[in-house]
Amino acid sequence: MIRDNSEVILSVKNLTANVDGTQIIKGLNLEIKSGEIHAIMGPNGSGKSTFSKILAGHPAYEVTGGEISFMGQNLLKLDPEDRSRSGIFLAFQYPLEIPGVSNRDFLRVSCNAKRKHESLEELDPMDFDDLVYEKLELLKMDSEFLDRGVNEGFSGGEKKRNEILQMALLEPKLGVLDEIDSGLDIDALRVVSSGVNALSNENNAMLLVTHYQRLLDYITPDYIHVMAEGRILQTGTKELALELEAKGYDWILEGATV
Amino acid sequence: MSIEVKLQGHELTDAEVNPTIAASKAKVKVDRTAYLTDLVKLRNPEIPDWMQQTRDHASAIVQELAIPSSRDEDWRFTDLSALLATQFKSVTEPSALGFEQIQSYMLPECVNSRLVFVDGIYAADLSAVDDLPEETIVGSLAQVQEFLPQVSDYFAKQPGGEEVFTALNTASIVDGAIVWIPKDQIVKTPIHLLFVATGTAKFLVQPRILIVAGSGSEVTLVEDYVILNDRNYFINSVAEIQVDCNAKVNHVRIQRDSDSAFHIGKTAVSQARDSQYCGIAVNFGGAIARHNWEIYTNGEQTHSQLLGLSWITGDRTSDTHSLIAFSKPHCTAKQINKCIADDRSHGIFNGRICVPKLAQQTDAAQLSRSLLLSPKARIDTKPQLEIVADNVKCAHGATVSQLEDDAVFYLQSRGIDSESARKLLTYAFATEVINEITIDSLKSKLQTIVRSASKG
Ligand SMILES: Nc1ncnc2c1ncn2[C@@H]1O[C@H](COP(=O)(O)OP(=O)(O)OP(=O)(O)O)[C@@H](O)[C@H]1O
Ligand SMILES: [Mg+2]
Repeated sequence: MIRDNSEVILSVKNLTANVDGTQIIKGLNLEIKSGEIHAIMGPNGSGKSTFSKILAGHPAYEVTGGEISFMGQNLLKLDPEDRSRSGIFLAFQYPLEIPGVSNRDFLRVSCNAKRKHESLEELDPMDFDDLVYEKLELLKMDSEFLDRGVNEGFSGGEKKRNEILQMALLEPKLGVLDEIDSGLDIDALRVVSSGVNALSNENNAMLLVTHYQRLLDYITPDYIHVMAEGRILQTGTKELALELEAKGYDWILEGATV
Repeated sequence: MSIEVKLQGHELTDAEVNPTIAASKAKVKVDRTAYLTDLVKLRNPEIPDWMQQTRDHASAIVQELAIPSSRDEDWRFTDLSALLATQFKSVTEPSALGFEQIQSYMLPECVNSRLVFVDGIYAADLSAVDDLPEETIVGSLAQVQEFLPQVSDYFAKQPGGEEVFTALNTASIVDGAIVWIPKDQIVKTPIHLLFVATGTAKFLVQPRILIVAGSGSEVTLVEDYVILNDRNYFINSVAEIQVDCNAKVNHVRIQRDSDSAFHIGKTAVSQARDSQYCGIAVNFGGAIARHNWEIYTNGEQTHSQLLGLSWITGDRTSDTHSLIAFSKPHCTAKQINKCIADDRSHGIFNGRICVPKLAQQTDAAQLSRSLLLSPKARIDTKPQLEIVADNVKCAHGATVSQLEDDAVFYLQSRGIDSESARKLLTYAFATEVINEITIDSLKSKLQTIVRSASKG
């Protein structure tokens, strides 16, 4: 929800970034305030995942210019783990499988890293179980997922749920959800979106990357940004998504080059 | 024994291949035949009568052999020069160890089902077998023949006995461990065979194990090599395992030696029809630690499983040479070999699988996965499939990789620092093998070792 006096959570100014020497992000500007839900749409290869991973601090991307401030501090100076602990959460477009590490241990270590950062007492396995069972319910996940390796052999939809489960445990200030809706059937989409809705409140913000209006039927964005060629070409309200669905991206791309 | 004869052609000299190897070899200009003969001379002359003939036979074989060099195909990656540079001594007097000195190596599951050998010599006072069924015979090999005359039919009868280090062991035989499980006996309590090296410098220790699982029987064994002191010594061990019809043997072999230790170990398994052998080998390397792991299946419908893990750091070497030799149809085998090499260590895996014409319908899968943690570590891995039968499934794969940046990043993005993330991923790589161990205390002990060994 948009409110004038909300605090600024994320401010990106004139961001440029390279991967392997090729410029992918070419002057990106974005401001997100608390309580807001933003959606980024755009053609394949336009840099949406790149931008998401830059926010989380992926070492493969080299920021060559501009600035990102998160909760008033220079985000680019922080290691990925510190970004996470200070409240950035990236739900991956392709969550990794980590056989050999149990999902339960992984979630607990991750949750405790955050708690330690906030000077909270770390949770022992029993207390953690109580917490995680509550969150499992939110995502209608079976507890047997906890005993499997992280994402090991999970279906596409199960991986996405597991991402949101992690977000539920970490309670981030900014959730960046990269194509959280891809590969979900309609029931799973409902569960995942209602999870996201339950987790979003006036003190945090969400940035959704999606290709489909369908997700936005469940999670109502305050702003929609169209990204192409590494920058945001147009920003509008939720009606823009309908227009994009009907007309495609070409009219925006053409408009931009004129 | 196969002898390869080069008829023609110019063989590269060491200097041409690698000038530094040639230089270092020049320094240890040791006669590989004489060195081997000297090792045999270290043996104790007094042995039980029933072993004499076997020993003499092996001595005759050894006389024809020499310590292999890197020109031998089987030793291409593992250079034994450092071994040749050391003069070893025989163990004359057994070290008297107190219970407390080995307590940390005890397994609670096996308090009354363990044999302890100190520098290769049976320590009756540290051993206890009260928890085992009366019909089983578990104890000292030397003394067993009086009441188990059939033992002669099994001792030193596995194929591959003419291999140089196996023959050296047999030629030096004095005693060993015997585990005899009669027909249809299901032994629930695992049996711990603990071989303690006191680390008295330059000892040559030659442990010997004979395991016979009668038809329809089942047993779980832990063959465990540990050290009390970090010195250099040479262990040349041989374990023979006979798995009769429809029997099942679970075999865990743990090798923990010092940085400067030499350990050449043989496991020779023969499987009769419908039998199962499930082996898990965990190696931590040494100056040179080599495991020759050989499975011979002599009946139909056998199943063999070989899970190996080598975890090496520093300048250690761990070399696993395995062989699964099929001879009858409808047998299955599954092998996974994992190696984690850090620092300047060197891991070697050579997995040979032989499927002759008769062994139709064989279903074998071999996977070698290696993790290089340091740019100076080295891993050589080689499948060696010799398949003649035409109607078989033989899958194999080998990967050597580093920790994936994306996996590290995924963990970091969840607040886990990069060092812990690397540790966790390395540990995860190793646990696939360790988690298969069914003895809980041993499993968690190894998990702890592996967890603390991963430096991140
Ligand atoms: N590691 C990399 N090396 C080389 N090129 C890369 C790398 N990562 C991304 N790119 C390139 O950067 C561009 C943007 O990729 P990105 O994944 O950010 O697109 P996207 O907008 O998320 O696309 P999609 O909608 O298909 O997910 C693409 O052209 C891609 O090929
Ligand atoms: Mg993408």
